Amino acid sequence: MAEVKLIATTDSLFCARIEWALKLKGVEYEFIEVDIRNKSPLLLKYNPVHKKVPVLVHHGKPIAESLVILEYIEETWKNNPLLPEDPYERSMARFWAQFAGDKCLWGAWEAAKLAEGEGKVKAIESTQESLAFLEKQIEGKKYFGGEQIGFLDLAVGGIPHSLSAMEEAGGVKLLDAERFPSLHKWAQNFIEVPVIKECIPPREQLLNYFNTSISYIRSLSVAKP
Amino acid sequence: MGEVKVIGASLSIICCRIEWALKLKGVQYEYIQEDLRNKSPILLQCNPVHKKVPVLVHNEKPVAESLVILEYIDETWKENPLLPKDPFEKSTARFWARFVDEKFIPSAWAACCAQEHEQEKAVESAQELLGILDKLIEGKKFFGGETIGFLDLVVGSLPNWLKFMEELSGIKLFDAEKFPSFHEWATKFVEIPIIQEHIPMPEDLINYVNTAGLAKTILGSAAMANKK
Repeated sequence: MAEVKLIATTDSLFCARIEWALKLKGVEYEFIEVDIRNKSPLLLKYNPVHKKVPVLVHHGKPIAESLVILEYIEETWKNNPLLPEDPYERSMARFWAQFAGDKCLWGAWEAAKLAEGEGKVKAIESTQESLAFLEKQIEGKKYFGGEQIGFLDLAVGGIPHSLSAMEEAGGVKLLDAERFPSLHKWAQNFIEVPVIKECIPPREQLLNYFNTSISYIRSLSVAKP
Repeated sequence: MGEVKVIGASLSIICCRIEWALKLKGVQYEYIQEDLRNKSPILLQCNPVHKKVPVLVHNEKPVAESLVILEYIDETWKENPLLPKDPFEKSTARFWARFVDEKFIPSAWAACCAQEHEQEKAVESAQELLGILDKLIEGKKFFGGETIGFLDLVVGSLPNWLKFMEELSGIKLFDAEKFPSFHEWATKFVEIPIIQEHIPMPEDLINYVNTAGLAKTILGSAAMANKK
């Protein structure tokens, strides 16, 4: 199927989703690392609307937004399907993939970045409520996709790993092993799968990024009169 | 193909997407009108995660989130396909649908609710995004090409919504001269019978907001969101 390029960074769970999908389907690709802070010309060319990674470029045509890219990969390379065939099961995978990003990941970020106070407590509560929904989805299953890694596994995949770094940087406990045993167990197993382990953003990099961001954000709120 | 219900709210600019899709595919359904200020047990049961409309219930299985529902409808009822067959064209439609929901709508909302000193910048941002939509529809009959497609349904209620928000806030966003292609598409789209049957009209939205005393709530809470 010729030329596949992935414009990405190594510290993004959104980019990791794409590498995992391509590797699981045995698709050869060229990894093009870009500096998102300096908005490389490649990024401005292939994702002028959002100027973000990841961008998949296939036969010179760019596709952006990680969940959109995953669907494109699924429809273009039919081996090792990531989505179930049944439309209802597919809709569930899509629903939970969006939920995981919106409510668990960004919710966790809200909780981590806030300084101590009522807002932080509320954000923690809300994130844990969201994690409880995900816990129910993985209960009794090897993967979200069933016996094989699926679309939802890739969508949720980097979240516990990122959350762990956010927790340390932000002084919060979110993905509590006692409260979310199934999610915790799935996360531990998932990250050990060789193809997954290869592309997971290094924890140190994530921790550095979160530490820096959180210090900056909190310094802004202190500075306000 | 089994029993279909739509839990929705008639003034929702999102729920109409679902009714349009079902009507375009000739699918019979029962419409359950929801009072969003007093959410029903059926809604809470069918969408316990977000407690929002629309929800499609097919053979008693609920599907929530409008873009997820549209894809489900397209995959379940194959006539009059909404998404193109080609994976790249499909991904383009999906990309722009997300752009509308995640970027354009929040930006337009923020522009209408901005504090005075932030207004100019907020309006500029929103109009920049509207310009992108204008370019996208330039020279085309529909976003979907020759027939109504996925993206037409996603964007469909926005021109009326923008008129409503403009009247509520006094901010002008949707300038027909600045965005001629979008204006032309909007004018024709709203006249299609199936679309007209289920589109929230600006005057109905205004009446509802005024009757329910919600104007300050809408503009106020959005301004609060904008401050984040």
